[in-house]
Amino acid sequence: MDYEITDQMIDELEVLAKLDLSGAEREQAKKDLGRMLAYIDRMKELDTAQTEPLYHVLPAVNVFREDAQEESAGREEILANAPEELDGCFRVPRTVE
Amino acid sequence: MKEIREMTAAELAGRIKKGEVRAEEAAAAYLEQMRVLEPELNSFITVDEAGAYAQAGRMQERLDQGEDPGPLAGVPIAVKDNLCTKGLRTTCASRILDDFTPFYEAAAVEKLRAAGAVILGKTNMDEFAMGSTSETSAFGPVKNPWNTAHVPGGSSGGSCAAVAAAEAPCALGSDTGGSIRQPSSYCGVVGLKPTYGTVSRWGLVAYASSLDQIGPIARNTEDCALLLDVIAGGDRRDSTCLDRKDLGFSSFLKQDARGLKIGIVEDYFDEGLDPEVAAAVGRAAKVWSSQGAIVERVKLDLVGYAIPSYYTIACAEASSNLARFDGVKYGYRAGAEAGLHAMYRRTRSEGFGAEVKRRIILGSFVLSSGYYEAYYEKALRVKARIVRAFDEALSRFDLLLGPVAPTTAPVLGESGEDPLQMYLGDIYTVSVNLAGLPAISLPCGLDSKGLPIGVQLIGARFAEGKLLQAAAAYEAACGGFPLSPLAAGKAAGAERKTERKMEAETEKGGRTV
Repeated sequence: MDYEITDQMIDELEVLAKLDLSGAEREQAKKDLGRMLAYIDRMKELDTAQTEPLYHVLPAVNVFREDAQEESAGREEILANAPEELDGCFRVPRTVE
Repeated sequence: MKEIREMTAAELAGRIKKGEVRAEEAAAAYLEQMRVLEPELNSFITVDEAGAYAQAGRMQERLDQGEDPGPLAGVPIAVKDNLCTKGLRTTCASRILDDFTPFYEAAAVEKLRAAGAVILGKTNMDEFAMGSTSETSAFGPVKNPWNTAHVPGGSSGGSCAAVAAAEAPCALGSDTGGSIRQPSSYCGVVGLKPTYGTVSRWGLVAYASSLDQIGPIARNTEDCALLLDVIAGGDRRDSTCLDRKDLGFSSFLKQDARGLKIGIVEDYFDEGLDPEVAAAVGRAAKVWSSQGAIVERVKLDLVGYAIPSYYTIACAEASSNLARFDGVKYGYRAGAEAGLHAMYRRTRSEGFGAEVKRRIILGSFVLSSGYYEAYYEKALRVKARIVRAFDEALSRFDLLLGPVAPTTAPVLGESGEDPLQMYLGDIYTVSVNLAGLPAISLPCGLDSKGLPIGVQLIGARFAEGKLLQAAAAYEAACGGFPLSPLAAGKAAGAERKTERKMEAETEKGGRTV
């Protein structure tokens, strides 16, 4: 059976995901998420009490480099894709009143 | 001499080096094919005609001066549009990046250019590589060149369709849960997903970083090996990229499979598998035994847990990776808004398509407080068990064999209705990404509708050599697989007129179709 996804859960997910869903999108999201969770839940059948979570398949270690000064992209190149810029900075809507 | 578009990348590289084909001619042959076919196929989001000619000209100049610019000197190639190309628009098939022009080059593209390759353009795909049909693209769907009523698969659908339609001799794709192998299967081309960490992900727009890997798509195994030789290798800008010392993949292209022990994955031949696909994959298995391989059945178990584990992990990583698209530093920004957070939310709501939002929402849910252990961490424990099952099977077998997808290419517009149903189609490919294994998709026949069927070989980590050996042995026994009917330059509908003229010209040139 599909999970029941409440309006409150969708509200919280909108905050986490930084999305505004329209009325129709909300209803679709409830349905899709509920159906997907019901399917994903079959993982619970598998007893993994003795299994550690595996984050990385290779025996990965931290990779370090010398802390040396290097060339990087210039300000102009970086700002070229900015939707709005002002005085060599990224411009955003007012954040502090 | 063969027509340029009939040559494999390796043949073309040889001819260009000998001066029998000029680099500009090679670029022109493929750009001409795109001009004819693109209005219908839509495999490319951006065609870089001027850039391709400029690169080809520079290559030819160096060749004329007696230089050796590299193993791909003058060879045209198509690049999936989630790989950053310096000065060339990179969209990920998303509205949110529709006018993004990177100021840096992806490592794999850098290596292609250093080897002399000529970038033809950027191929269409599912938005942010999220999808299995290339229909979630904000730039319209790609058509399958074997039958334009069908999808090419996804997410690297544009790259695979371009190769199958001879719009490019070869291409790069990326594979997070089957995105190279499945469209290769649907389009009748060869696609290789390397061991995790073999190709640098620097400059690949991230979907699920622990699963993403870049790989080659080509007409045959030899070209895949040639491309992998070029793009593989350590890169300190990607801390998960390994400094492998066992490169030189082309040396594995032997003509027989003697000594290889291949396990047919029994679990994959269940009720969900189309009987025609099952039969074709079964016939392929017989080819390998006739080529000297020992072929036996093997049981993997846990197959039913692969999709739940994969989608939990992939969506979790996607929700985190896609947080960077906020309308500040690059990409689309929604109109004037009161306040920063309202701008973020509207930008993302207008910029992302439905499938991307669906995955961000699922990912946000499984990572949220109260659900993290039950979903995300549980998926990582299940993944550990799946990895162990594969490692155990691959300690007894050199390679595992199975189908790539349960069916051949579905009809356009028929997969979007039910997302879960679409996800289930990834059942035979996602485990390979969870376990970081290399795998190859090889065309092995056509179904009764005339659509290609693929067979998948899976190797142990770092066993690309054995995959390539087995694949080359198969091709030696069965001969090369034909390109799609459209490769001969036949376009449907409005394009037919110009095309008939073209055909007449090629016939004069002595081309055999």
